[in-house]
Amino acid sequence: MLTGSSPARPGGPMTPARTRPRPHTWIIEFYSSAIGKKAVMAVTGLLLLGFVLVHMLGNLKLYYGEPEHLNEYGHYLRTIGEPILPHSGFLWIMRGGLILAFVLHIHAAVSLTMMNRRARPVGYKGGRTYSAANYAARTMRWSGIIVGLYLLFHLADLTWGTANPDFEHGEPYQNMIASFERVPVAIVYVVANLLLGIHIFHGAWSLFQSLGWSNPRFNVWRRYFAVAFAAVIVVGNVSFPLAVLFGVVD
Amino acid sequence: MSMNLTLKVWRQAGATAAGDFETYQVPGVNEDMSFLEMLDVVNEQLIGDGREPIAFDHDCREGICGSCGVVINGRPHGPLQGVTTCQLHMRNYRDGDTIVVEPWRAAAFPVIRDLVVDRSAFDRIIQAGGYITAPTGGARDANLTLIPKAVADVAMDAAACIGCGACVAACPNSAANLFTGAKITALNVLPQGQPERWARVAAMVDRMEDQFGSCTNYTECEAVCPAGISVNVIAKMNRDYLKSRFKDRRSLIRQADVADEA
Repeated sequence: MLTGSSPARPGGPMTPARTRPRPHTWIIEFYSSAIGKKAVMAVTGLLLLGFVLVHMLGNLKLYYGEPEHLNEYGHYLRTIGEPILPHSGFLWIMRGGLILAFVLHIHAAVSLTMMNRRARPVGYKGGRTYSAANYAARTMRWSGIIVGLYLLFHLADLTWGTANPDFEHGEPYQNMIASFERVPVAIVYVVANLLLGIHIFHGAWSLFQSLGWSNPRFNVWRRYFAVAFAAVIVVGNVSFPLAVLFGVVD
Repeated sequence: MSMNLTLKVWRQAGATAAGDFETYQVPGVNEDMSFLEMLDVVNEQLIGDGREPIAFDHDCREGICGSCGVVINGRPHGPLQGVTTCQLHMRNYRDGDTIVVEPWRAAAFPVIRDLVVDRSAFDRIIQAGGYITAPTGGARDANLTLIPKAVADVAMDAAACIGCGACVAACPNSAANLFTGAKITALNVLPQGQPERWARVAAMVDRMEDQFGSCTNYTECEAVCPAGISVNVIAKMNRDYLKSRFKDRRSLIRQADVADEA
């Protein structure tokens, strides 16, 4: 009879990659497994992809010419769901979901990284070569950390306004212009979004594997999807600081 | 054609001993030798000199047993695709080459001596559920249980895994998801594997995660696999595992309770 419980292990010496007495609440049990954590990373990654796409599409209103379009759109986001929801209610529900998604995504990543370090305490002393693992996959941790730090700066710059001396609450158009006219800030935005693109290039493909969405009929499209998604996000997001910097919009 | 090679081999006297590379000059290597035969020649030389020969695992020397396997110049089983170390021939090297040889590196594969590692961690995964529980009796008619060709192909491709451990060695996380995925898929797509399908994937994955790292989808395992196992088996395992955690959960728990009491 097959069971999920662990009988005594026969055999030789072994350092376990993960130590645990298994909890019994199924949701904790699910999350305590590495495959469960990867599924959580995939689902939260999908949510964040959706956010990043909508965020980029909304910002395209920068190109309408008049500041009102973007500013009205920003104001509209706070009124969604009224009068059932209070003012900004929908926005805060979305923010709550995003924060939760970020926390889970990062917690799972940190926890799996620690598990993986334990699984290989001694590396290849003679060096190693890679045959398939691409640059994006190998640098996920770094691109993730840098994009995370950039996100804090981005919030300070265009949500809280603390990193933007000319910040005026409720005027996103003017705030974007004021922010991107500073060359170093524009460079930060461009570089961070390139890294975000690299992160998405691996993540948007990897999530299919993690969730077991594999089928010979569409597997080739998983890579196309990741490339296209990363390209759309990078082109859109990088265009905003460049457009301001080169005076296309002002 | 014979060539002269410089060999840097990991030497480690025992499980707890500190290891290091030792350099050997190997003259007159025949290009028709396999990599293991080349190591045999080095060992003859070492024994002749009264020194300890290099310990390495090997058995069938035709690529089907999964015993051999070392990391050669940073790649498990060497530079070729779809072959084991014993199927790698010295004609793939040139006169004057330096070759670095190292054992599999993983916490779950402790070094026993030199290039030999203990791979019983794989056996423990199989013991957790890599079988079916059924009285098989005598051999049955081949077509008594009809299986679509496409399904049989998936099962056969997965069953091609020889358990050499190259996937773990190549994975930057020392994950065993390709091995475990192959062993699960070979049973879970077939009718005979269905009754224990969800319990099997839960038990084997749990045992795998007790010992190995986690999959981050580098696909490095697939690239070095001598049996050509596809990372599709990992997706299949993930899918079955996720389902096992939701679908049929209560009956799984009951099953586990019964086994604990017994």
